[in-house]
Amino acid sequence: MTTAQYYLPAGMPAPVPEADGLDKPYWEGTRRGELMVQRCRSCHTWQWGPEWICHACLSFDMGWERIEGRGIIYSWERAWHPVHPALKDHGPYIVVLVELPRAGNIRMLGNLLGDPRQLVKIGASVEAVFEPHDLAKVPFTLVHWKLSERSAA
Amino acid sequence: MNGKERTLRGKVAIAGIGETTYYKHGKSPDSEFALALQAILRACADAGIEPRQIDGFASYSNDRNDPSRIAAALGLPALRFSNMQWGGGGGGGSAAVGNAAAAVAGGIADCVVVFRSLAQGQFQRFGAAPPGSAVSGEAALTFPYGLISPAQRFAMRVMRFMHDHGIDEGAQRAIALASYHHAQANPRAVMHGRPLTLETYDTSRWIVEPFRLYDCCMENDGAAAVIVVSAERARDLRPRPAYLLGVAQGSEHRNAARGHNAPLYATSSFTTVAPQLYDMAGVEAKDVRVVQSYENFTGGVLMSLVEHGFFTAEEANDFLQVENLLAPKGRLPLNTSGGNLAECYMHGLELVIEAVRQIRGESTSQVPDADVSMVISGPMVTPVSSLILGGDRS
Repeated sequence: MTTAQYYLPAGMPAPVPEADGLDKPYWEGTRRGELMVQRCRSCHTWQWGPEWICHACLSFDMGWERIEGRGIIYSWERAWHPVHPALKDHGPYIVVLVELPRAGNIRMLGNLLGDPRQLVKIGASVEAVFEPHDLAKVPFTLVHWKLSERSAA
Repeated sequence: MNGKERTLRGKVAIAGIGETTYYKHGKSPDSEFALALQAILRACADAGIEPRQIDGFASYSNDRNDPSRIAAALGLPALRFSNMQWGGGGGGGSAAVGNAAAAVAGGIADCVVVFRSLAQGQFQRFGAAPPGSAVSGEAALTFPYGLISPAQRFAMRVMRFMHDHGIDEGAQRAIALASYHHAQANPRAVMHGRPLTLETYDTSRWIVEPFRLYDCCMENDGAAAVIVVSAERARDLRPRPAYLLGVAQGSEHRNAARGHNAPLYATSSFTTVAPQLYDMAGVEAKDVRVVQSYENFTGGVLMSLVEHGFFTAEEANDFLQVENLLAPKGRLPLNTSGGNLAECYMHGLELVIEAVRQIRGESTSQVPDADVSMVISGPMVTPVSSLILGGDRS
């Protein structure tokens, strides 16, 4: 895969799993093209981001489940000012916060693919798009979002 | 002991205030540590105390200037209290005053300095990405997508709040214009002599939608300090001490849930803190005469003012008109020194100092009879904090 196939330029900060292993199942899942999030084995509450304990019932028995990458835009921003050297002269880009109704309304972040100057609507349906970075020193996969005709509800 | 006996109300006061010259980012000729010492000594002089009467320090946002080094540098006879409020950003500005007040009221120390010193040209800027190419933890969920700086971290909270309540960009603009207006009367202000017009605001570049350039705070070099002592001692030291009526800190349920998963997302983090504040202070929003509200970004001020009960979100478009926010006659004079946008980004401690000046009647944009004066610190981070000061009649 070439740099041009990435939404943001090469040289952006690369994600690495936490040393204590907390978010390892998520990052391993993205490499397979799967979206894995936490769900409590005791009370079945969905939880994201990951934590060592269930915020609802305080069980430490947290499981991981594969979820469908479908959601609705909860909020968004269009960034213009380049705060990272890799973004210099890149121009605007869109970050979305996506709510996942089929997974307890947890929210996930990512870029919204397509025209960076597009009109973005809160409530629009989106689906996940995996962006593998196979040539990175530690290969990783990002999860972006694109507008979808299908409802996420 | 009942709940009402466990209060700081009226027990301590701010007896001294001190500031260095405020510089543009990177322009301080002095080291950050020297700036801290200068501000502390000026606050002592203002209070009329010998520096060696200081016996404690409180700060916030991981201030780099260690109290033990300051105590050694100043030759203090003994150090009795040193305290760091957890959390980044300016959310700890009021909390640090509260922590100092708790130490004084509880007999841990007698004379506590709250200080903040920043010379960002000598260190890392807040608004630029930190060095390093790999990120983990919460940053791994945000940085690779270009969600890095504070402005980028908070823009989506404000975007959702404005969407939920139909708030237009004029609300943020009025907040920016009010700060710049007040800075024109304040010779200490970095933006003194550089007024902001409506046209300049409207044509300024986007930093990250919904924030334009003038919705974002400056970054500056300088230092500020205040002296906290018992109310009794403050009365002996100087006329018109600024009594602490109330202080509160914290944030609502799961505010820090990773990856922007706070259940109440579109918040400045004050929905549980503001009621605590009013409860201790024994006043209501309508009693507050003047407000200094931390502008990291104007949208944070908008939500802070709503959550402190000055108007509802649905009233924001009508209330947030420039004339309502100006001293001396506006409905709610706001950021009367110019604040983080136009006086100095001293991480909001300059707002505490301005709140004291209003109580003393010494502001360059004085509000008549400002005997109840509020500070709101660091919206949208967690923990946040706010405080209310009162004069002799409060």
